[in-house]
Amino acid sequence: MSVVRAENIRFVYGGGTSFEKTALDDVNFEIEEGEFVGIIGHTGSGKSTLVQLLNGLIRPTEGKIYINGKDIWEEPKKIREVRFKVGMVFQYPEYQLFEETVYKDISFGPKNMGLEQDEIDKRVRSAAEFTGLREDQLESSPFELSGGEKRRAAIAGVIAMDPDVLILDEPTAGLDPLGRDALLSQIVDYHKVRKNTVLLVSHSMEDIARIADRILVMSKGKKWMLDTTHNVFSRGKELENIGLRVPQITKIMMMLRQKGINVDPTVLTVEQGFNEIVNYLS
Amino acid sequence: MPGKSFIHKMDARAKILLLIVYIVFIFLCYNFISLAVMTAFTVLVIALTKISFIKYLKSLKVILVIIILTGILNLFYGSGEVLWEWWMIKLTTGGISNYFFVIIRISILMMVSSALTYTTSPTDLTDAIERLLKPLSFFHVQVHEIAMMMTIALRFIPVLLEETDKIMNAQKARGADMESGNIFQRVKALIPVLIPLFVSSFRRANDLAMAMECRCYNGGKNRTRMKILHYSVTDLIALVFSAVMFVGVILCNLYFPNFV
Repeated sequence: MSVVRAENIRFVYGGGTSFEKTALDDVNFEIEEGEFVGIIGHTGSGKSTLVQLLNGLIRPTEGKIYINGKDIWEEPKKIREVRFKVGMVFQYPEYQLFEETVYKDISFGPKNMGLEQDEIDKRVRSAAEFTGLREDQLESSPFELSGGEKRRAAIAGVIAMDPDVLILDEPTAGLDPLGRDALLSQIVDYHKVRKNTVLLVSHSMEDIARIADRILVMSKGKKWMLDTTHNVFSRGKELENIGLRVPQITKIMMMLRQKGINVDPTVLTVEQGFNEIVNYLS
Repeated sequence: MPGKSFIHKMDARAKILLLIVYIVFIFLCYNFISLAVMTAFTVLVIALTKISFIKYLKSLKVILVIIILTGILNLFYGSGEVLWEWWMIKLTTGGISNYFFVIIRISILMMVSSALTYTTSPTDLTDAIERLLKPLSFFHVQVHEIAMMMTIALRFIPVLLEETDKIMNAQKARGADMESGNIFQRVKALIPVLIPLFVSSFRRANDLAMAMECRCYNGGKNRTRMKILHYSVTDLIALVFSAVMFVGVILCNLYFPNFV
């Protein structure tokens, strides 16, 4: 059974007014349990709207969303439980920190779930460990942390709810290259250990190519494609037409191939590309 | 709301000054006939702005509670023939006419004020206020600074609203419950929204101050303007016409002193 299923989703902003705008139109897809799915799309393609629909922050104008086979809007009063199952990390999540200590802030989600004190403590500590926060930082004020650490604390706050599906909306925006790589590998590790489903929205094709199993491509409010990373990035020309691109290394390999050099044009990471070229040269 | 009507074209300073005089005159109306003159004037102004009347009615919705409350208070503070009595409360003919008088007065006041804000951009408005308050700088009031603060405050309202929305969503995603519970629980539920909002407002204010200083901004003196306000024929016409109306109000007050 698929963990997330969207059926004919349509979403209209400002319905009934002169500012009416269709953000999503007839979107269908299924995501299997334990998958790591990347979501890409040009600015305004409906990515952010889509992820907000998935955890019930907004309600689709038409269509249905199923989490673990259950329609999330069947009982609107219980929408909070959906939000515990589908954890959502927004863009620049560090601006949502509010508690006196990092520990208290991370435990805000689990507390809202009504868990026991021991369980909360366990979850807070393991979430902090996943995101690379030190034990002594838990007792400091979140406002004393550096930008990157604040972001880790905010992400830990969502991870601590131990959601079945974790959605991250551009978690690495505005971080330095080292911080970015560290955070991404922590997310990958988390995914490997917990074996839950992760949806990652990103503008970096390189990041997505490296870590995603499948990619959902959005364009102008419609699902353009949902396929394996390999298949999506083998359609370089078409991706460019909708304002996206393939990873730089893939582009180079494609061009080498066009020049008649016998390399695999579908490599996705720099390491793979390096090996391909070395093989060719030797 | 942008537009090209007669009222839109008027100088913002003229509009503010006329609004002040209008407010004074609304409180100088002693009877229904002078109030009728003011109402006619209001309707004319609204028609001239070419903005749909529904928008004006919506502006009334904001102060609906105030209108109802003052109306009801006035209902029981009248003299005249007693129509109905219960304990300390008396309903009189005078009270009923007071009731309508006050309601009409507040409503047209609100609508004309809306006509000002609907037809004038916030920047023009603060600009005009700055110019009108300029004489106060003689008393060492920092008029330019006050106007600048007003402009910035107005400018950041939409930004803050958007920010509030974002933070609320983020906290809701962590299971914050803001839609149920009693009043205390709801106020408490606002803390996770208010604290980040304050923090980011301070950060934003700091950034803005820094950016202004980097561009060597320093207050009022010798500062030229991009848009210079000019009085024009339009303002003169409006002034003369309003003057006629206001004289009309005084005459109505004098000639029908007992028509209440």
